[in-house]
Order: sequence, then structure tokens, then C-alpha cells
Amino acid sequence: MSIENIPFNGKLDSGVPAGPLEKKWDSYKANMKLVNPANKRKYSVIVVGTGLAGGAAAASLAELGYNVKSFCTHDSARRAHSIAAQGGINAAKSYPNDGDSVWRLFYDTIKGGDYRAREANVYRLAQNSTSIIDQCVAQGVPFAREYSGELANRSFGGAQVSRTFYARGQTGQQLLLGAYSALMKEVDKGKVTLYPYREMLDVVMVDGKARGIITRNLNTGEIERHAADAVVLATGGYGRVYFLSTNAMNSNVTAIWRAHKRGALFGNPCYVQIHPTCIPVSGNHQAKLTLMSESLRNDGRVWVPKKKEDCKKDPSLIPEEDRDYYLERKYPSFGNLAPRDISSRAAKEACDEGRGVGESGLAVYLDFRDAIKRDGEAAIRERYGNLFDMYHEITNENPYKTPMRIYPAVHYTMGGLWVDYSLQTTLPGLFAAGEANFSDHGANRLGASALMQGLSDGYFVLPFTVTNYLGTHATELLKKVDTQHPAFESAEKEVRAGIQKILEVGKKGSRTPTEIYRDLGKVVWEKIGMARSEKGLKEAIAEIKKLQNDFDTNLKLTGDDKLNKNLETAGRLADFLELAHLMAQDALDRKESCGGHFRIESQTSDGEAQRNDDEFAYVAAWEYKGRGKDSTVHKEPLVYENVKLSVRSYK
Amino acid sequence: MSASNSKTMNVRLKIWRQEGPSAPGAFEEYSLSGILVDMSFLEMLDTLNEKLIHEGKRPVEFESDCREGICGTCSLMVQGQAHGPVRGATTCQLYMRSFQEGELITIEPWRAKAFPILRDLVTDRRAFDRIQMAGGYTGAKTGPHADANAILIPKDIADRAMDAAACIGCGACVAACPNASASLFTSAKVTQFALLPQGHADRKRRVIRMVDQMDKEGFGSCSNLQECEAACPKKISIQNIAIMKQEYFKAAISADFRAGMGSADGGA
Repeated sequence: MSIENIPFNGKLDSGVPAGPLEKKWDSYKANMKLVNPANKRKYSVIVVGTGLAGGAAAASLAELGYNVKSFCTHDSARRAHSIAAQGGINAAKSYPNDGDSVWRLFYDTIKGGDYRAREANVYRLAQNSTSIIDQCVAQGVPFAREYSGELANRSFGGAQVSRTFYARGQTGQQLLLGAYSALMKEVDKGKVTLYPYREMLDVVMVDGKARGIITRNLNTGEIERHAADAVVLATGGYGRVYFLSTNAMNSNVTAIWRAHKRGALFGNPCYVQIHPTCIPVSGNHQAKLTLMSESLRNDGRVWVPKKKEDCKKDPSLIPEEDRDYYLERKYPSFGNLAPRDISSRAAKEACDEGRGVGESGLAVYLDFRDAIKRDGEAAIRERYGNLFDMYHEITNENPYKTPMRIYPAVHYTMGGLWVDYSLQTTLPGLFAAGEANFSDHGANRLGASALMQGLSDGYFVLPFTVTNYLGTHATELLKKVDTQHPAFESAEKEVRAGIQKILEVGKKGSRTPTEIYRDLGKVVWEKIGMARSEKGLKEAIAEIKKLQNDFDTNLKLTGDDKLNKNLETAGRLADFLELAHLMAQDALDRKESCGGHFRIESQTSDGEAQRNDDEFAYVAAWEYKGRGKDSTVHKEPLVYENVKLSVRSYK
Repeated sequence: MSASNSKTMNVRLKIWRQEGPSAPGAFEEYSLSGILVDMSFLEMLDTLNEKLIHEGKRPVEFESDCREGICGTCSLMVQGQAHGPVRGATTCQLYMRSFQEGELITIEPWRAKAFPILRDLVTDRRAFDRIQMAGGYTGAKTGPHADANAILIPKDIADRAMDAAACIGCGACVAACPNASASLFTSAKVTQFALLPQGHADRKRRVIRMVDQMDKEGFGSCSNLQECEAACPKKISIQNIAIMKQEYFKAAISADFRAGMGSADGGA
């Protein structure tokens, strides 16, 4: 490559402050460098993405006085995929007086992540959780309330307390609109400039620091240069590598992947969350899958028939004694609220045994019969009305009358850019927040924790850590870099060449981006999905290489380089193909099962995930070595000073 | 991955094609066979686009993202109705089973002066952002706030605020309104904050600035035709418009507002 790629210096420093766990964040804040108010206006910060993390960060940094440039691919900052989160947001408020605390939220998250997350980050997340609720209420987020006027709570998987706050089944929407409104307030004040319809295609490094980005205007096709003093990537996860997922159509890995190619290490790429309750795949035409919120498992009971021959029967005709409520049976203390990875695997097992239901046999029942009998249909409608309606629209079946059919689907990616305690990647001045980073969820995320992390990063971490970065490097950063700098020149040239190449190949080939993409999705789902084996992963790498070759030589594309959704898809697919290779490599390398990563070679006698803490209690941070080449792994050991690593049991 | 319902149908499509904002547009007709009745409407359009690419033609540009009715990105006039013939649903929540075998389906972009067409079925709805910018927030900054339970909000008020806050900003209300008024959109935000105590401090400034911005963007006035409510995928009530008008009137005549805030024009 012609321009600056930052070779990794070989040292992964998490930068966690010394001292007791509960004092680390205070200690960071007490020792951080500040930027005086008059100087803040001299700095500009680029924030890419306007979901919970990006929207909250952009608004909060602007409130501090920095000049913020906010980028999103949509027409409006309000449409980021955080909006689709349904069930809720966790916080250790302990309003129900049921024994919750910051410690317990921390502990549940560490355990839920199967002891593969960094203690200090998770503790800070639990500490920030209570401020998030106060912040959102101050913004006018209409959380569900009791008749007393107080906030309502419900429970979620992996917890035995009720700590989840919600706004009907649209919690993500309401939290995002809260962050969006805060952002628009700053746009009105002139502190944030919005750049909608922009896709980030490269990070520009000048003298070893992130000083800008290259974007493409998705309407006009223009390639643009934007300079700043720090860059925040809050561009979400990469679940769309599976083609079929609950992620939005335009969710993609491109921004973080391009940063990775520039030198930012990629953490734990094989940690993917497969959500247990999604509407099953119905055919090859499908472009995406729909989630049914985990909150439904508060009242719905999961079951399959005990006998294979009952699978095609009308479920209402199957008597109680012939039903296997397998989660209640296998995990009596958590029952239907077992964590996502465990519930998903249990559903897969039931279907693999031939006891799946529905046309394809790849579904289990989520049944509300008993809850409706107990609480009445009106109460269930009040709690989940919009989800039931959504299910009805898609499947043409009425879940008040007949059980829902559900199956696991890709939902969230715990992996992402490796970041230190300050959320800085291995590229100085480049930060990653929300789902785009690898940080807080270890090998499995608990329900209602993504919203918490996105807002914690955006409202309550980055405003401090970006300030610390700017303050620390003030002398250098106050010498402004402009977009005429040769680094911008060459990055733009590379971006243009990449698009041109796709357009050129696209004139000659025969397979559309969607056709190749669908094939990639199948490989990744079957071989880097719910169960992974050495053989399957090796096959996956070979198949991915073939698809890469297909993409390079046989792509079919029409239209121009202006508004062209298929051109966008093709560009993102190029990155997904490379990412898929890395995921397989990471999954091969991690010869243990943990959380969402299940290696069939590493399981207990009763089929549970078998961790290997002696060899694998580390974060795998991967260094890019070129297209089609194997990446190099660097390891950040995970040191547990406060919790004892134990077998994660929900029995 | 077998289909749950393999019943298929044939459709004819009449779709608005337009190269760019200033280019003239026209309808073009297409036919598709073997469409699964369980397909979503947008998956049917995906199928059409795959076919067009294979034929060497430029695919039809349309917007969608979450495909579960919450992001507000999809925005098609289908058979003359915003988001199509099913009430309380976005375009992405429309299924082919709502159409007849062989039906000629007309698909257009939102039509409103304030929403210029960018290409084919894609319109520029940034005018909504500018209305939001004028006052759709409480002004609370990031930082420590009173404990969330220090503000008690009666359940019925919280529920009504949530009803209004459920707006997804898709613009169907504008597209359905013969006046291309954005009153339903604007009033939903105004009402959310008028109901909640958190919105009271800047209540007057908010409604004046948002309504003024709506007018500046070139949206029409509300004449109570109720088309917006019928088209709204989230069933936002036109009662919100009545509340907005009341809020606007109260703010406009209030002496303390005029003394404190100066001109009603927020200068956005």
C-alpha cells in the first residue's frame, strides 16, 4: 500500500488504572488530562455512526464545546439500527428491592460473557448504568411506568433480578430518539455538523495519529475528505456477514474493517451472538430475519414435542405430558430465562434430534397459553402487543391463539475493534464505541446490555477519554492538518480505485452482489455458526476464498457510481468476505468453547460448552496482513482479580 | 430452508423511474412471475432488481433498512396509498398475500415539495430533521441528573407520551396529505414533550419554533382531512395536532413568552 499503515508495535496495553475495581474509573477521571473551555473550541472530533453510542458521543462531545462532525449512511441520524432494539436496557437501580447492585450487574455480565471480558470495563459499565436511566428520563424518554408514577422493571435472560427498563417493545427506538434529540439540539447550536448519506471508506493517519476520514456521498457518489483531531467509530456490528440476520439491511463492517486494514487490531471476531427467539427462515427470497424480543421469555414457555411423530401436529392437540419444556427441564433455576447462547444451542439440539416443528423442522414453540390463562389476554397485549402484531403480520398466524414458532438467528457481534480502557483502538486517536468495539460482553452478551453499553460509551466514557487524548497530545493536535495533506490525497486515491475496480469487473461478470453475498452467508452460518469444528472451519476458509475469487472476477453490476444500492452492497461485501476469513481463523485458533463460540471438540459430557481457562483466558486481537493472507494474533491476557473463574452454570 | 408456503403468484408493476432530482420521470412497467405469496413486498422488489441486473438494466432504487417497521426508512406509495393498502404497517411490513393474482401494482415515491426525489423511489426527507432541530428536545445535557424516580409520571400520561413518541419519522403523513402537511409528525413530538414534565421549561419556544420551521420547509397547512392518521404506520392520532394547535396558540399569545424569547422566529 502506498500510504501509512501502522504496523503493530507488539504491545497490547489495556491501560486499566491501578487500584481497587470500584475506584478505577474514579481514578481515571481524577488523573485525566483536561482541555480548558476556551481551547475546546479549537478541536474537532469526527464521530462516524449515529446509533446509541455515536449519537450519544457526538451530542455529549459537542456539549463540552468541541466541534463535532457526525456522519451516518441514512438521510437522518434517527434511523441507525439501535432503533430496532426491542426489549430493554439494564441498570443497577435496584428499584424493585430484589437484591440488585452494581456488583451484581457486573458479576452477571462477566459470568454471562463466560469469563472472557475485561473486569475493569465491565465494572465501569455497571457503575454507569444508573446514570444512563437518569439521563434518559431527563431527556423525556417515555419509559414504562407503574400506576404510582414510578419506573417499571422486568427481567431478562441471565439474571435473577428485575433490572430491565423498557418502553413497550420499542426501547431502542425511544433511547435512540433521546440521543438523536440531544444531537439535534447541538446541531441547532452549531456545535455539530451533520453529514448524512455518507459512508466512511477509510481512516486517514497522519504522523501516526488518526486525523480524518474519507467518505462517499451515497446520493451523489462524491468522494470527500474530512479532517479532525480525533475519530470515533460507532458503526455497529458485523452480523450481516451471515447475510441473514436480525441486523438492518445496511448494517455493515466496512468502517471498522477499513480501520482494521489501516492497522487497528480486531478483537475476538468469532464471538457472535445467535439470538434464540427469531422468526424462522421461510425461504430463499428472504433478505433479513426478524427478532422476537427476549422479554417474551418472561411469559412465554419454550417447548418441543417429546415424540418426533408429534412434530407436524397442531400444537394445541399435544397434551401436556407429551411436551418437553426443555429449558425448564435442563436449567431449572433460570428456566426460560437462560442466557441467549445456551437457549440457542438448546433449540438447535432439539431440532437436530428431529423434534423441531414447522414446515422446515427448524423451529421450536414459544407458548403463551399459560400466561394468557394466568394474567388474561389484555395483560399480555399490554406487555407485548406490538411484538405479537409483528409476528402475526409476518407469519399470518395469531400468537394469542397458537404458539409462536421461533428459531435462533444471528443478532449481535461481541467481537469488534480491540480497544483499551479508554476505548481507543491500537491506532492513536481512533476510538471505537458500542457494538463496533469488542469490549464489554466477553463471549456472550446478556439481553438488554447492548443499549446499556452503547449509551455508557457515548454519554459517560468517551467525553472523558477523548478529552484526555486531546489534552495529552495538545501540542501536536493544535497544529492543524488540512485535507490537502498527502495522506488524504493517497487515501482518497485508493478509495476511488477500489470503487472503480468493482464497477469495471461488474461490467463483465455474471453474478450479482446479492447472489455472492447469499452464498457467503450460507457458508458462515453453517460453518462459523452455532457449532464449529476444525474440519468445518477449514472448509469454510477454502469456500470463502472461492467466493472472494468469484467476487474479484465474476461480479455483475449495473447502474452508475451515483445513487446505486447494489454498488454499496458490493463494496460492503468485499469487506465481509475478508472478515469471514478472519472469523474462521479466530474460531479455529480458539480450541475451546465459550459463550457463543461452541467448538464441538470442546464440550462436557452433557453437551455444555467446555471452557479452557488455562490456555484461552485471553482476548485474541488480530493484525491484518493483506487480502487473502492469514492474520497474526496478539493476545491480551484476561486477569481476574475480583471474580473467581468457575463453570458457568444456569442449572 | 424450505418455504412455509410455496404458493406463488404473478404481478405486474408500474414503477416511477427518475434518474435524478432535476431529471424528468416516468412510469415503467414490469412483470414478475412465480412470486411467493409469503414474500414481503420489498423482497418482491429485491427479486425484480436481481432480474433487472441480469438483464443489464439499472435496478430500481428504493430505500429500506430495518425491514421490521421501526426505522422509518422505507417509504413507498403503493396503489396510491402511503405504505400500501394495509393499515398500521410500513411498506416493509407489507406482504404479497395482500395483493391479487395478476394485479397491476403502482409504486411511486412520496410526493411533496419538501421531499425532493433523489432517484426513482428515493426522496430527501431531511426537512424532518430541521423541524426536529428547531425544538424537538428537552435541553437536558449529558451529566448528573436527579434520580429517575424523582420525577413521578402518572401511567396514563406516560402511556400517552409513548403513543406520540412512537412516530418513526417516515413521512407517510406528508405523502398522504393533499396539502403535504407535516402536522402529524411535528405534533407528535410537540405532544410528547407537552405531556411530560421534563418538557415544560422550553415548552413555548419549542412549539413556536417547530411550527415555524415546518412552514419554512414548504409543508402545507392542516385542514383536518385525517388522511395522515389513516396512513400512519404507527397509528399516531390526529388528537396530537389539536394539542399542537392549542400549544401554539397558548405560546403565541403569552406575554412572558414574547417578553422572554423575543421574536417567534427562532432564527433556525
